Amino acid sequence: MQFYGTPLPGVEKEVYPGKLIVIEGTDGVGRSTHTALLRTWLEARGHAVLDTGMTRSILAARGIKEAKTGTTLGRVTMQLFYATDFIDRLENEMLPALRAGFVVLTDRYIYSAIARAEVRGIDSAWIRKIYGMALVPDAVFYLRIKTAQQLVERLLSSGRGFDYWESGMDLHLGEDLYDSFIEYQSRLLKVFDRLTGEYGFQVLNASRSVRTVAADLRHAVTRVLDEPAPTAEDNLSVIKSRRDQNGAKPTTNLVDLNKKALP
Amino acid sequence: MISYGQHQFPGKLFVVEGTDGSGKSTQLALLYQWLKSEGYPVFFSEWNSSPLVKDTTKRAKKRHLFTPATFSMLHATDFADRTERDILPPLKAGAIVLADRYIYTAFARDVARGCDRSWVRDVYSFAVKPTVAFFFRAPLNVAIDRIVSGRPNLKYYEAGLDLGWSDDAEESFTIFQGKILDEYDRMVSEFGLTVIDASRSIERQQREMRMLIAPHLDRKKAGRAR
Repeated sequence: MQFYGTPLPGVEKEVYPGKLIVIEGTDGVGRSTHTALLRTWLEARGHAVLDTGMTRSILAARGIKEAKTGTTLGRVTMQLFYATDFIDRLENEMLPALRAGFVVLTDRYIYSAIARAEVRGIDSAWIRKIYGMALVPDAVFYLRIKTAQQLVERLLSSGRGFDYWESGMDLHLGEDLYDSFIEYQSRLLKVFDRLTGEYGFQVLNASRSVRTVAADLRHAVTRVLDEPAPTAEDNLSVIKSRRDQNGAKPTTNLVDLNKKALP
Repeated sequence: MISYGQHQFPGKLFVVEGTDGSGKSTQLALLYQWLKSEGYPVFFSEWNSSPLVKDTTKRAKKRHLFTPATFSMLHATDFADRTERDILPPLKAGAIVLADRYIYTAFARDVARGCDRSWVRDVYSFAVKPTVAFFFRAPLNVAIDRIVSGRPNLKYYEAGLDLGWSDDAEESFTIFQGKILDEYDRMVSEFGLTVIDASRSIERQQREMRMLIAPHLDRKKAGRAR
């Protein structure tokens, strides 16, 4: 167990049997799809999995959601609210699961928080000190996309559309959601490229098909878990079982994946 | 983002600090009345008052969701909202801001609760350095008597019952307040806190406070807000 900086209060240094795996990437790049696929696949291989992600804490999720519906959330306040959410999940979800031998899959970690803070002009040394309480993960997979334009295509085809915060509208960067989104996401992508070296991300080209990215991820994860690489049949069986679980509502991605996987 | 001690504002910031029951809020209220009657533009800001964070804190206290780290972090969030909303803008506008509890409360309390001393200071480095920070120092037994006699039931976090020092609320509270007082004492020289002897009469403490802030007041601003 290693922390980036000042450890959490009251936590003894220990060796835990679990693995902490981070999926990072900017908005709309496919993080949640891949986290879900990876979870099912890992469970099929017999691993207990905890998945978590930003603003899902019992303590702060609701408060952050409410704060974001208004117009009075300041920049420093926002960073600290996110940090509260992160520490709550670290202490009450991630650490206990790691101690119990789970594979903890987290959709975003401190890096998204750092990137968002930096594009908002927050002191980079300050935000890093706050997140010094974070555990150094066993692996960080960065789903990288080259341009903000590519993100827009994904956003529109998924039917999600533009979100105020994902477009960085609080920064007043453009006339409308589109202009602002392009500028904001381009800045985020630049920061992520810088963080890649700083934190040793394993970069995956996320412009490729879901299937290809998922297969790469599985290979990389087996290395982290020190297990033999997955076979083609292994991949296929997971996809099938996931489809069964989902019953009548398989997602587009999964249908697509399945078609391509079949001979 | 400007760091502690680096802000340059026309306004003035006076803060009061001290253990529970030290009488600091009474003194600040009297100061507020005086400054208002002199016609200064005065803005009042108190600990734990952010409208954005209030519900989360309330729920966490009720359901005992806090650890030392999240307790510290959520209070820092509350303080950041206060700074961005109630402290920076009036100071920029040249007003006097009075704060009931400031970052030193967090430094004393969070460290007593087990957080790292320098980490907590780093978290709050965005705070504006006060023009004068008063520390109302009351002997431990006086402060404890004032609180315990005025309140039949000490609250869970107020008594530090989550920290496992004692199952008895009053005993736990006494241990907690002792640790807090130690932290305040070491901050006197670290942050140049102005110590007020809180065991003396209310009137005498108030006279001393007014005397100490008078040199920082801009007489030209008096009478404008009357």
